[in-house]
Amino acid sequence: MNKQQTNDVILQTVTKVACFIILLFSFHLFFAGHNNPGGGFIAGLMTSSSFVLLLLAYDLKTVKNILPINFIYVAATGLFISVCTGIGSFVFGAQFLSHAFGYFHLPLLGKTELATAVLFDTGVYLVVVGVTMTIIQTIGERE
Amino acid sequence: MTSLHIAIVAPLVLAFLIPLLAKYVRKIHTGWFVLILPVLLFVYFFRMIGMTSHGGTLKATLEWIPSFGINFTAYVDGLGLLFALLITGIGSLVVLYSIYYLSKEKEQLGPFYVYLLMFMGAMLGVVLVDNVIVLYLFWELTSISSFLLIGYWHKREKSRYGAAKSMLITIFGGLSLLGGFILLYIITGSFSIREMISQVDAISASGFFLPALVLILIGAFTKSAQFPFYIWLPDAMEAPTPVSAYLHSATMVKAGIYLVARFTPVFAFSGEWFWIVSLTGIVTLFWGSFNAVKQTDLKAILAYSTVSQLGMIMSMLGVGSAALHFQHFHYYLVAVIAAIFHLINHATFKGSLFMAVGIIDHETGTRDIRRLGGLMTIMPITFTISLIGAFSMAGLPPFNGFLSKEMFFTSMLRITDFNLFSADTWSFLFPVLAWTGSVFTFIYSMVLLFQTFGGKYQPEKLEKKAHEAPLGMLISPIILVSLAVIFFFFPNILSYTIIEPAAASIMPGLLDGDEKFKVHISIWHGFSPELFMTIGVAVLGILAYRTLGKWKKVYGLFPDKLTLNNLYDRSLYGLEKGSNKATRTYMTGFLRDYLVYIFVFFIIAVGGTLVLTGGFSYSVKGTAPIGVYELVLSAVMIAATFGTVFARSRLTAIIALGVIGYTLALFFVIFRAPDLALTQLIIETISVALFLLCFYHLPKLSFKPKTKTFRITNALVSIGVGAVVTLLALASNSQRSLESISSYFIENSYKLAGGRNIVNVVLVDFRGFDTLFEITVLVIAALGIYGMIRLRMEKGGEEH
Repeated sequence: MNKQQTNDVILQTVTKVACFIILLFSFHLFFAGHNNPGGGFIAGLMTSSSFVLLLLAYDLKTVKNILPINFIYVAATGLFISVCTGIGSFVFGAQFLSHAFGYFHLPLLGKTELATAVLFDTGVYLVVVGVTMTIIQTIGERE
Repeated sequence: MTSLHIAIVAPLVLAFLIPLLAKYVRKIHTGWFVLILPVLLFVYFFRMIGMTSHGGTLKATLEWIPSFGINFTAYVDGLGLLFALLITGIGSLVVLYSIYYLSKEKEQLGPFYVYLLMFMGAMLGVVLVDNVIVLYLFWELTSISSFLLIGYWHKREKSRYGAAKSMLITIFGGLSLLGGFILLYIITGSFSIREMISQVDAISASGFFLPALVLILIGAFTKSAQFPFYIWLPDAMEAPTPVSAYLHSATMVKAGIYLVARFTPVFAFSGEWFWIVSLTGIVTLFWGSFNAVKQTDLKAILAYSTVSQLGMIMSMLGVGSAALHFQHFHYYLVAVIAAIFHLINHATFKGSLFMAVGIIDHETGTRDIRRLGGLMTIMPITFTISLIGAFSMAGLPPFNGFLSKEMFFTSMLRITDFNLFSADTWSFLFPVLAWTGSVFTFIYSMVLLFQTFGGKYQPEKLEKKAHEAPLGMLISPIILVSLAVIFFFFPNILSYTIIEPAAASIMPGLLDGDEKFKVHISIWHGFSPELFMTIGVAVLGILAYRTLGKWKKVYGLFPDKLTLNNLYDRSLYGLEKGSNKATRTYMTGFLRDYLVYIFVFFIIAVGGTLVLTGGFSYSVKGTAPIGVYELVLSAVMIAATFGTVFARSRLTAIIALGVIGYTLALFFVIFRAPDLALTQLIIETISVALFLLCFYHLPKLSFKPKTKTFRITNALVSIGVGAVVTLLALASNSQRSLESISSYFIENSYKLAGGRNIVNVVLVDFRGFDTLFEITVLVIAALGIYGMIRLRMEKGGEEH
């Protein structure tokens, strides 16, 4: 996964397109999770697989330039969000990790269901992305 | 907290102050400060004689752990007071002696007196406490302080060996004692000795009677150096002589005697008690005196003599229990009285002998009788002391040992009339062993006396020029031997004041109301068989001593390999070696062996439970029909499993593993678990990639693709585990007793959580707590990998 000397035009070109399709699919999986198969965990794995595809097509350095993210922070943020969701329920006098949901009329989207469970799922999503990418990058950087 | 409690713990409190005094008051020998306390305590206890001699007792309770019935109950009766007087009286004399014995400049006085005071307090606690748990506490404290005192010169190897030996043996006995106490507690529901005595009938009827009796006697025998536990006592002679005089002749070794006497009212009705106590005692008496003759070290002679004398007291206590079975108990009660009387006498003459030996050691530099001799004119006072002590020990008039030995013979002769517990067939042993033991006692007493003071003076063999000891060192032994003489001429100053109340506490059941034992010790009781026995002892003893050189070879007949010391050393060594070996056989350091243990244990525990409880059952009720997809997928999975296990190369195994994973994902699809299928698919991909990565990085050298070495054990173990798990799964599936709770989730997933994907709702909402920690696990794993790889890189370690 380090610097690739070969000139993989086809791979790189396909990656440019496929990457976004995978990302979109992963977002779909994430948002569909509450009512259809999917959810933070699978979506996180999907997102990171699109990054892995990038890593395969390009080298580590390039991907780091495109995504200047330290994925350990991503994992930490995810964990933080999840814990905060749990703690948030204390504000309303409820027990730890009690979720609430409601239906709201939002501009552009119309009647939408908003649930605090999604916030928790976001935490899961970020953790999974962060963890997967950290592991892969760390092992990849190791020579 | 009464004055009695204060008296018991006072030595322990003073022990805290001693280091300060030893450090800051250097001009005065620390012992002088210590001396005050035992003298005061002696006076305090002495004044109680008036109370106990009228049958009075004193009881004071200080609550310690009342919820468990453990209280610091101090109890003074005749027996306790006798011991308290011995402890404080001999204690004072020993402290006085030690002031002149231990040099202020050369020795570490602080620790010495701290240990000694600890011991004194502990010993007072043992004899003056009614609660067995507190008694046990003080009992162990005596063991510990004795250990510290024996190892006082801790730079000598022999001291350490002796200390460790005495520790091991006495703690072994102490723990067994605790077991006996707990059994008694289970029977009576009380830790109080008074309470136990009042429930004798319940104890005798209980099934725990014999175990409790044996456990308590083991405790008493180890402490009192009875056969075969006596071996620690000769090695404990490495302690400073004041310690030997105090602990190993007058007090600690008598703690076992005290215990036997104290529990006589509880156990003595039984034949087991009679036989165990009196036989052990008489054998110890004989064996100790027999072995004392061959010793060449003065202190070793005294150690074996202590063993022998303690055996004598013990046997008398055992024989005395015969009194409980007869209306005319006085006929046998003489044994108990003789035991108490000899206890006192032994403390006087043995204490003085130890002190005399200490003086000889101190003034000549050796304790070896082969180098000593002719000291009679050089050390006349020490000679006189030793003479009185040795003659008293040998049982000659006009010293107190004579009286108690006569009473000993009386009781041994009377026991031949005893006809319970099939005693009539074997009881002739008692007088025979007693008499031969006494002959040997006579011989070693003479050896002790005449090989040290008689013969020729050999200045060239001595390290120092011998001379008489300073007066201060002589005071204590002089007091003790004067007592030995006084007790001979006026034995009845002890009779009603001390011996009679002590006998009353050993045999409380024999007295009605205000009745008292008639204790009268007379010096002359006519031409009785006892007198002729004593004359026989003296005559044969003198003859044997004269011809000692000729028959001493007898000791060579006894092989060294068969001695108890050798047995102890070898068993200790064997135990250490054996446990080492045992640990090494199963702690191989190979992970695969440990896994085999774990799995075998699993098979035995789970499979065994399944078989023993008959828990296995099989029913097909409620199982779904098996479709063609399942059959095909199962076949694929089984094939892939075989592929993994029998693969010849790692690559094949990894790919076969991947096949299993993907088939599993397909199973999830068939069993309608889309979320699981998705996750399984991706996770399998990632883990296969990681496996390939590992495979790629395997070191070149050990890369030898070859078939697995097939091991029959491994195959058996794995088949066993598989079979047990399968049986368990079948059994648990066939015996579903409760309804599943999944219907709740199905009904409420949308109503309560606003989601239709039940799996997801359970994960983030109903059971979000688990998920929270699962993602924490993931983060920890990532950080772990990151840390492992980065740290290795930074250290510049072995990179491939």
